[in-house]
Amino acid sequence: MSKDNQLLEELTSREYEHGWNVALETDSAPKGLNEDIVKFISERKNEPEWMLEWRLKAFRLWSKMTEPKWPNVTYPAINYQDIIYYSAPKQSAKPKNLEDVDPELIKTFEKLGISLTEQKRLTGVAVDAVIDSVSVATTFKEKLGELGIIFCSFSEAVREHPELIKKYLGSVVPMSDNYFAALNSAVFSDGSFCYIPKGVRCPMELSTYFRINAANTGQFERTLIVAEEGSYVSYLEGCTAPMRDENQLHAAVVEIYAMKDSHVKYSTVQNWYPGDKEGKGGIYNFVTKRALCAGDNSKVSWTQVETGSAITWKYPSCVLKGDNSSGEFYSVAVTNNMQQADTGTKMIHIGKNTKSRIVSKGISAGKSQNSYRGQVHIMKRAEGSRNFSQCDSLLMGDQCGAHTFPYIDVENSSSKVEHEATTSKIGEDQIFYCQQRGIDEESAVALIVNGYAKEVLNQLPMEFAVEAQKLLALTLEGSVG
Amino acid sequence: MLSIKNLQAKIGDKQILNGINLEVKPGEVHAIMGPNGSGKSTLASVLAGREEFEVTGGEVVYNGKDLLEFSPEDRAREGVFLAFQYPVEIPGVSTINFMKTAVNQIRKYRGQETLDAVSFLGLMKEKMKLVEIDQSLLNRSLNEGFSGGEKKRNEIFQMAMLEPKLSILDETDSGLDIDALKIVAGGVNKLRSSNNSTIVVTHYQRLLEYIVPDFVHVLYKGKIVKSGGKELALELEAKGYDWIKDEVAVA
Repeated sequence: MSKDNQLLEELTSREYEHGWNVALETDSAPKGLNEDIVKFISERKNEPEWMLEWRLKAFRLWSKMTEPKWPNVTYPAINYQDIIYYSAPKQSAKPKNLEDVDPELIKTFEKLGISLTEQKRLTGVAVDAVIDSVSVATTFKEKLGELGIIFCSFSEAVREHPELIKKYLGSVVPMSDNYFAALNSAVFSDGSFCYIPKGVRCPMELSTYFRINAANTGQFERTLIVAEEGSYVSYLEGCTAPMRDENQLHAAVVEIYAMKDSHVKYSTVQNWYPGDKEGKGGIYNFVTKRALCAGDNSKVSWTQVETGSAITWKYPSCVLKGDNSSGEFYSVAVTNNMQQADTGTKMIHIGKNTKSRIVSKGISAGKSQNSYRGQVHIMKRAEGSRNFSQCDSLLMGDQCGAHTFPYIDVENSSSKVEHEATTSKIGEDQIFYCQQRGIDEESAVALIVNGYAKEVLNQLPMEFAVEAQKLLALTLEGSVG
Repeated sequence: MLSIKNLQAKIGDKQILNGINLEVKPGEVHAIMGPNGSGKSTLASVLAGREEFEVTGGEVVYNGKDLLEFSPEDRAREGVFLAFQYPVEIPGVSTINFMKTAVNQIRKYRGQETLDAVSFLGLMKEKMKLVEIDQSLLNRSLNEGFSGGEKKRNEIFQMAMLEPKLSILDETDSGLDIDALKIVAGGVNKLRSSNNSTIVVTHYQRLLEYIVPDFVHVLYKGKIVKSGGKELALELEAKGYDWIKDEVAVA
């Protein structure tokens, strides 16, 4: 057996680190989806009438839509009537501050490595934590409030800032956008809302942690970020879920609205439970993420490190409407065992002299399938626009697959599009070279993979880059951790 | 230091080493010469622990231990260094980062404390001077886009960093012009001491003008067929390998 194959064998024995669940009492909706369930969710969240109407409209739209079949993934049909659409950890009353939060919940987050109290004191990262369907606690609120920054759970925003939600909800991802966006619009449970006022540079990283805890539960969070003229914010999202035999559905929507001269950086470290090595269980991750660079000179950067989920279907995109606006997409997607990922981006150039940059690094191991799917569309009036795309694939072993589906559409002659793609294998030569210098095989793989993904990891905020590096090594190795 | 007895090895179904015997004492430099395909690089690979070669017989005792029992990384940690004929590229990993990982894994194995960034940098600066290598090269991705000379110089830098007891230089002269050759050889000579040993694997005598060996061995068809002092290399240079082949044929 060659060394690559031996390595491969070891890789498949790695276990998911976040595979525990906490005995939280939950308040859940009955299984299934109909108008009553939508009403139930809206009621539980004390929503105003207009919100319920919006949800019902989305539900009616969704009922007439069909699930997309074009992604390069296969999975058994999802029974949408067999899912619980709302699950909330039971609390006697809405917590006023951290002291009122259920200690079990705090423990959950500590296990995840997000101690809310510690975070609050030490790191200067404001965290909104969402477990199952409900946002549990948001730290650092007061300090942000002084700058006029709103960072709160989505439910709270619906109650406290209805004028902003009415204006921007669905403005970037309309409810009719796609099957999963419509589903999310009907049943979204919670998520984060973030508003940066004109000219304000958010002084800390804003961060949301999502976790699915209850069984048979779908999670449908909604994130909305509005960056006013000349503002800046860096936002990070992390996700985990316990190990379960059945598949769980996750269909989130993220909308970013960027005004003139604003800059939004959105980073994701996605580590949902990927299923076991036979492909049993795991999260189905169907996510719609889109940014609208509405104003001139606005800029949005997506950075994602995708290591989890049984199935990933996700294309964080930028609509470059403002002149001179720019969009970036940096992605590392790792698949191992039976995981399937179909991920990439869309860059829609509408404004003049708009720029986009795509750096996608796929890593496939085990029997996994990893696809990059990207669209670059330069419209007629987007004169002088530029795109650079680089799509690299790294294969480990000979049982996995890497696929690239680039779509390029240019409607004027003054724009420039570049596309580079490479496919490589971690070679025995590379591993032996490391070993000959005293580096063991596992560290060698980690070193090589991190080197390969470096350009993307460099885009992450420092503390998360370290976390992401470890996560990459963990995903690909047998005995570490 | 190193005692090789009747070492035999094959790759796939092809037998390449047919009973090598070699004794290397501390402080000695041995040159292994021979025509293409005689098994020189295979010998270097087998000593370093490359798995595609299967050892079919014989033994290798290194500092009183059975070398063949060790994994490749443990051989390195025990002080065996191989300067590669074709150093491998690792994109995105700088030589500095690579060496820091290597040095610290070796130190851990030996029960020493790992070096922090400052001490590591200190050690690196010292070795850089010794082998005359520029830091800009060490900041770049390992061997990626390096010229032949830069790759070989980088190998010698790594050798300086890891301070091996037994260094095996596999065709280090291949692809080098005379200036690069002198620099590389200069580095190797500076690292020579009475405590460490070097095996120089080469096809040509040229390198041995700069790294002067104590012993020269001629490898042919997987066996050492002739051994001598440094003058043997000159004789080979003058006469070529054919007379050796003839001698073997007669015997």
